[in-house]
Amino acid sequence: MAVGKILRRGFLIGSAAIAGGVAFGTYRYLQPFENPLDPAAGETTLNPYILITAAGVSIITPRAEMGQGIHTTLAALVAEELDLDWQQVTAIHGPPAAAYLNASAMALGLPTAEYDDRSIRRVGKGAVRVAQKLAFGIQLTGGSTSTTDAFDRMRRAGAAARMVLTQAAGKRWGIDPILLKTEAGQVIDADGRSLSYTDLAADAAQIIPPADPPLREPANWRLLGQTLPRLDMVPKVTGTARYATDIDLPDLLCASVRATPFAGGTMIGLDTNNANTLPGVRQIVSLGNGVAVVADNTWIAMKALDQVDVTWSPPAYPATTEAQMARIESAFDTRADSTLRDDGLAEVVVEAARAESLSLVEARYTVPYLAHATMEPMTATALFKGDQLTIWCGTQVPTLARDTAAAHVGLDPDQVTIITTFMGGGFGRRSETDYTTQAAQIAVALPDVPIRMTWRREEDISHDFYRPAAIARLTGAVGPGRPEAIDMAVAAPSVLAGQSNRMVGFAPPLADKLLVEGAFDQPYALPNFRVSGHAADTGIPVGVWRSVGHSYNTFFLESFLDEMAHAGELDPVAMRLALLEPEHTPSARTLESVAAMANWGQQLPEGTAQGVGFCHCFGSSVAQVVQVSDVEGQISVDHVWCAVDVGQALDPGNIEGQMESGILFGLSAAMFGQITFADGVVEQSNFHDFDSLRMDRTPLITTRILQNNLRMGGVGEVGTPPVAAALANAIFALTGQRIRDLPLANAVSFT
Amino acid sequence: MTSLTINDTPHVVEVEPDTPLLWVLRDILNLTGTKYGCGAGLCGACTVHVNGIPERSCQVSIGDLNGASVTTIEGIGTPGQLSILQQEWVACQVAQCGYCQSGQLMQATALLQENSAPTDEDINAAMSGNLCRCGSYPRLRAAIHAAAKRMAD
Ligand code: FES
Ligand code: FES
Repeated sequence: MAVGKILRRGFLIGSAAIAGGVAFGTYRYLQPFENPLDPAAGETTLNPYILITAAGVSIITPRAEMGQGIHTTLAALVAEELDLDWQQVTAIHGPPAAAYLNASAMALGLPTAEYDDRSIRRVGKGAVRVAQKLAFGIQLTGGSTSTTDAFDRMRRAGAAARMVLTQAAGKRWGIDPILLKTEAGQVIDADGRSLSYTDLAADAAQIIPPADPPLREPANWRLLGQTLPRLDMVPKVTGTARYATDIDLPDLLCASVRATPFAGGTMIGLDTNNANTLPGVRQIVSLGNGVAVVADNTWIAMKALDQVDVTWSPPAYPATTEAQMARIESAFDTRADSTLRDDGLAEVVVEAARAESLSLVEARYTVPYLAHATMEPMTATALFKGDQLTIWCGTQVPTLARDTAAAHVGLDPDQVTIITTFMGGGFGRRSETDYTTQAAQIAVALPDVPIRMTWRREEDISHDFYRPAAIARLTGAVGPGRPEAIDMAVAAPSVLAGQSNRMVGFAPPLADKLLVEGAFDQPYALPNFRVSGHAADTGIPVGVWRSVGHSYNTFFLESFLDEMAHAGELDPVAMRLALLEPEHTPSARTLESVAAMANWGQQLPEGTAQGVGFCHCFGSSVAQVVQVSDVEGQISVDHVWCAVDVGQALDPGNIEGQMESGILFGLSAAMFGQITFADGVVEQSNFHDFDSLRMDRTPLITTRILQNNLRMGGVGEVGTPPVAAALANAIFALTGQRIRDLPLANAVSFT
Repeated sequence: MTSLTINDTPHVVEVEPDTPLLWVLRDILNLTGTKYGCGAGLCGACTVHVNGIPERSCQVSIGDLNGASVTTIEGIGTPGQLSILQQEWVACQVAQCGYCQSGQLMQATALLQENSAPTDEDINAAMSGNLCRCGSYPRLRAAIHAAAKRMAD
């Protein structure tokens, strides 16, 4: 309750700041946040990112490690400026705190094209940062923003600490600090005498740090720009990395949860008699919209869930996939919620094409709902003791998880401690707080007993905040030599409305960018180009899924561009290049680069074909070519080439790993991912019917990293968007079959 | 009551005999390196060795393991003393979220014990039951080849 109020008020301030008037905000913005670190005796903290102990320097990396390697990259930002050797570096996630909020993330929701500096300046990125600091104050790992957000901030933290440590040494020795250098965690003088940072920390903490310490030129970097060994690698190959489901506490009990199969519904009848008598069952906890069984071990808890007799309120939404799609289709009849691009006279040109010599292309595309299916299902461990609740969880939103759990169980946020663990995959799923709140509810029902909650895989697949199903209607006109117009309309449930409603209780009064991103914001100099988005209300919870709106709009637009190229007898790469070149050179270079890598245009062996896809997203440009072949009537996905321009590549090895990961994630979804409904219930339940690519079907992947973009872009989600269209376009080139509905396996079979 | 050896240490476990080995390891013996992913033999996250053979521990009942010898991820190497395969995993920077990796390593360890020079096809055949939602397959394959090569040298 308190949460809702604070956030709501906060949001209004935020809106005002977006509209103008940031003087007050600017003042507040300049006030440094309180350092949330609470050093023990003998420890020193110099700023929110640096804790110095007898053992050395610990770097706080306040973003969730979901597999994207963020702890390593963030730690390197500090270590670079602080002159630590990589072997000396340890990273810890740290507590949830305002000091660690993600200032870059809110800009993602702004209705601007990211490649276009002019449009960003119009809205004023700075104003937005201030607004977010005052308003949401959300410590978010998402939107591929972690590195861009931290790039200056964490380097400055390292540089400022280095300066005060050097000054402390200078004082101790009576030497002008200018004559001192730092190396491997020590300050060293001209004679080779040295003092360790640990030795100097307490003195350094007495010195006021510079507000704006100078940063090193990239040419002088030792760590950044190199592929560094990941800090979490050894724990992860020895089974010693601790996830939320691994927390061991004395007298711990295990729990699992079964919530209503009808999203948004409640429990209207509960009979626990059967389950209560099972050996090993300790308690059954009602969660309002579901039940939890607490038992001696997880297996008993999971099994007993099926013995609990529950009656659910019926589904309040279209109960079949067909009815869901019909509901989405009907959104086209309503006024567009966002028309963020309306260049030229798209509809007029398209209309003219019907009569004139231009080729007219018309198509309808669909994509299904998708689950995240993180490898670790939803888990959390919680303990309620005295009036304090502690939750160990893998979460992308620790401050929100804390506040939401507190509100649900009637505690103040400061009675709740969140300890963020490694997470077995996120992909956006762990930016929701349903499971952390459940763990809180169970723990509060059993005071003094540590509860380790693990969802069954079946619960995980069927209780997600899904990637929305979506429909696109496209019409286009191709003239001699070039496309003249595209008129594109998209209908889908709104992720922005859904997630904001869950976070702050209402949808923000902004045009819905997420609905149309990956289309309106693409750097194509198409003379007549309109993109409109229609939000559909389907009753199915939707959320952010690796690359969000790009995950479907890029499939729509890039497949359709391929259709236009074929209609106009144009080469799909050359046609796109002509559209990119005048609008955004780095994107043109990216496409050119992937075409060269794949030897695009070569004479391919019989039964082999290539398709291309491009996207500008999260500040990066990415282009992919997929090569497929016909193996006895089945399609084999053989090779994916990927060129990505990230502006500034901080860790090339990690970027390459993220491209591979994003590509395979997108390929799995494009080939066979779908969540369908019957009788209001999700039909899929486990990896047999919601599967992913395995080793045997994994294509070769070749990645090239470019650095032409002026600003640094994200990498975690960037690999995903283009691959579905590139594959569908390759299949068209191979078979002449244009597949406009995902997953592709509904239309063709793969080897 | 079941008597068995886990990572060379004898254990006596008192639990319902149909309890899957997975949950005995995790919830009773606190060997949490072995992970739950599906509970249905579909993902391989729970893979351990039973008498030297890779098995899905979610599909093995503890009651069937009297006298058996079980090896888990904790038994093949430690942070201070990595097995050759684990060293190559580090060198190739395989793990992303890491959650599937214990199972991948147990499966790959068994593969190399049986076949010291696996081809890509051998690797596909042995490893395709192990799901990785992070898509670490390209590096996983490279690490297996690198370890095989080192063991041969
Ligand atoms: S948990 Fe045993 S195979 Fe998935
Ligand atoms: S590393 Fe994340 S599932 Fe394999």
